[in-house]
Amino acid sequence: MPVTDKVPVHLLVNGEAYEVMVPPYKTLLEVLREDLGLTGTKHGCELGECSMCGVLVDGKPYLSCLAMPLDLQQAEISTVEGLANGNEPHPLQRAFAELGAAQCGYCTPAMLLTAKSLLDSNPRPSREAIRQALAGVLCRCTGYLKIFEAVELAAARSSTSPPAAHV
Amino acid sequence: MIPSRPLLNADRVRFAGDLVAMVVAETREQARDAADRVVVDLDQHPAVTNVDAARQPGAALVHEDFGTNVAYQSTRTWGDVAAAFDRPHRVVHARLRNQRLAGVPIEPRGVLAEASRWEPVLTVWSSTQIPHGVRDELAAFLSMPQTDVRVIAPEVGGGFGAKLSLYPEELLVAWAARRLLRPVKWVEERSEHMQATTHGRGQLHDAELAVEADGRIRGLRVRLTADLGAYPMGVGLGPLTRRLLCGCYRVPALQVDIESVYTNTTPIAAYRGAGRPEAIFLIERMVDLAARELGMDPVEFRRRNLLPRFETPVTTIAGENYDSGDYPAALERVLENADYRGLRRRQDEARAQGRLIGIGVASYVEMAGFGPSGDLFESAVVRVNPDGAVTVVTGTSPHGQGHETAWAQLVALELGVNPDWITVRHGDTALLAAGTGTFGSRSAAVGGTAVHLAARDVQEKARRIAAHMLEAAPADIVVRDGSWHVRGVQGRAVGFRDIAQVAYGEGRPADMEAGLEATRYFQPPGLVFPFGAHLAVVEIDPDTGALTLERYLSVDDCGRVINPLLAEGQVHGGLAQGIAQALYEEVAYGPDGELLTGNLTTYLVPTAPDLPSFSLDRTVTPSPVNPLGVKGIGESATIGSTPAVVNAVVDALAPLGVREIDPPCTPEKIWNAMLASRSR
Ligand code: FES
Ligand code: FES
Repeated sequence: MPVTDKVPVHLLVNGEAYEVMVPPYKTLLEVLREDLGLTGTKHGCELGECSMCGVLVDGKPYLSCLAMPLDLQQAEISTVEGLANGNEPHPLQRAFAELGAAQCGYCTPAMLLTAKSLLDSNPRPSREAIRQALAGVLCRCTGYLKIFEAVELAAARSSTSPPAAHV
Repeated sequence: MIPSRPLLNADRVRFAGDLVAMVVAETREQARDAADRVVVDLDQHPAVTNVDAARQPGAALVHEDFGTNVAYQSTRTWGDVAAAFDRPHRVVHARLRNQRLAGVPIEPRGVLAEASRWEPVLTVWSSTQIPHGVRDELAAFLSMPQTDVRVIAPEVGGGFGAKLSLYPEELLVAWAARRLLRPVKWVEERSEHMQATTHGRGQLHDAELAVEADGRIRGLRVRLTADLGAYPMGVGLGPLTRRLLCGCYRVPALQVDIESVYTNTTPIAAYRGAGRPEAIFLIERMVDLAARELGMDPVEFRRRNLLPRFETPVTTIAGENYDSGDYPAALERVLENADYRGLRRRQDEARAQGRLIGIGVASYVEMAGFGPSGDLFESAVVRVNPDGAVTVVTGTSPHGQGHETAWAQLVALELGVNPDWITVRHGDTALLAAGTGTFGSRSAAVGGTAVHLAARDVQEKARRIAAHMLEAAPADIVVRDGSWHVRGVQGRAVGFRDIAQVAYGEGRPADMEAGLEATRYFQPPGLVFPFGAHLAVVEIDPDTGALTLERYLSVDDCGRVINPLLAEGQVHGGLAQGIAQALYEEVAYGPDGELLTGNLTTYLVPTAPDLPSFSLDRTVTPSPVNPLGVKGIGESATIGSTPAVVNAVVDALAPLGVREIDPPCTPEKIWNAMLASRSR
């Protein structure tokens, strides 16, 4: 077996500090799934085309299949495993489940995180803003409509202001 | 002779995506490095990449020993075709193309196999729609008893028909795991998916429709050429299309010539609708073309030809027993919901201002619930534990359809159990001797019925226990609001958990065995035929050819609905894929057989901003072929939406004299069609 030089990597994922020894060429997606056991983040192309691997880095959507962990040692990484508060699902998770916004569920982790990032910066987004924010995250099952509705429902429940007409 | 597909093709590569070698290594990186070092030394032969080229005499042969690229040929006629085409008022001709599509479930395929060192047991996890089918093939291939091969299809991330075939990788990975006594895993890369996972559609139709002056259809003649790709995985699709070519209409005479042809491309197999969207696309385009040639509103043309409402089966000229339907009602409903007359008025006004607005309608019928013939049953177990918790095991293999919810609902209804106490298990061959799987909109009609029947059996036994406990006659026991009462007697009731306890303990009728469970295998007496009517409104920018899908309305009838939320989800997803066929997606090959659409930037799966808001409605026409009255909803919307949108596009361009555009109707194609019409 050839020797692969592993390097120590420090990552802050869902508020927890991890130190792992990994070969430096491994992507964040691979390290999350294989070294940290956080398999909620999915692979769909590993080429930056589908966003299945989407996580949040400092609150912004980030493609983990194109990210190198060594570059992210100072960053705060969020994955779908960190979304719920203990046994309490995140409002987005609850809305997705209630409205049937997940079918096979494969795109759901990335959808949830991307939507969370949107709501964190724009608590009552318009339908158009939701469509644009989720534009990169592919879903082959739902036709997206129930996903938009779920994001709107979660937004409505977590905020008192009316939805923006245009944002 | 049917050429069989070798697992590894060292001698002759027939399509970009054929497997030539397998590398097994300790790590993914090693495997990739080693695969890079495999030198494949190939002589290049000429390729045929489309059916027109492949069926020419002298064309390069995909399978040399077979002697021709035409794998299947048939001519069938029904009714007096010669008379129908003998001096009819008009014959409408068209060449219609159903482009080749890729399934693209967002989770690619993947296989993991583990052979036990201590027992002769092999466990295979595969992202498949047919775990039992994979088990049967693996057991035969490895000469193992089926009980020693366990196939698990865990939560599968979408299928759409792309995971409905047995793949060489499943056999190879399992073989390697047994040989090495180590777990072996393979996960498809996206480019491998585009190349090696089966494609769908790929049919070419030369069609002629003979009509009377008043619009009545006299006859239909079709020459259907089906692209098989390099191996005959979808040889049944052409004949399946033929079975549905009458659509929702009275067609008194029909002739269909089929040729299924090999090409040096990825094998074609099922993709959402599989053979049926092709049929409905054909008839719905022909109907629109005929209406236009007669100067008739396409809706009026449909009204004159639709089969009237029927509650018991009617047989089409092609011999299909449509189970039940009310096609005029679905059409009228969608027209009303869209304010069709108002739409046409606004279209006239817009045209007067030089704007290009198109309205497209499609009436569709689907053929689903396979199947009454062969081994296409479905299985179910309903098993009650002594504490009253219920396990449902189903032979269906859901991958996003929500059977966990729907089957629990069916059982809760029969047993008066809180759905939280019901666990639905699927996708594990260790749990059921046989099962069929999820495809062809069959799960509710066949698998749901099996669950329902098993729940009924359990209910029967539970009723006898309850009657014994309550000292009443079984016929007087009613299940309501989670408890089992004696009819008409307040307060004399037991709960399902009490019954379960008695089923395994003290207090049973003396002649009754312990236990509370039932297994059923349901094979329906006939197919189900979901149907509906769709309407699309598009606007095309006359300067650029850019298209906006302004509105989309559907009315779908899937018989009785078990769970409206899940049914809606199926319609939404189906619409997305049908609209994508109309506007975006196409698999393309270069002349040498190189795949030009090998990733998601060249193969355009719709993204969130690409689709309109859909407006859904339904009619409910119960099916007589199963006790639930359900039909199936997985493919309906895909089937209705492609012709509705293409009809709208052609309608928008009608003032320019454009008669036909092959899907996908991309801005480039629309632009070229506009240019061609201006230079005419
Ligand atoms: S896996 Fe597709 S973008 Fe990362
Ligand atoms: S739910 Fe299946 S890909 Fe989105």
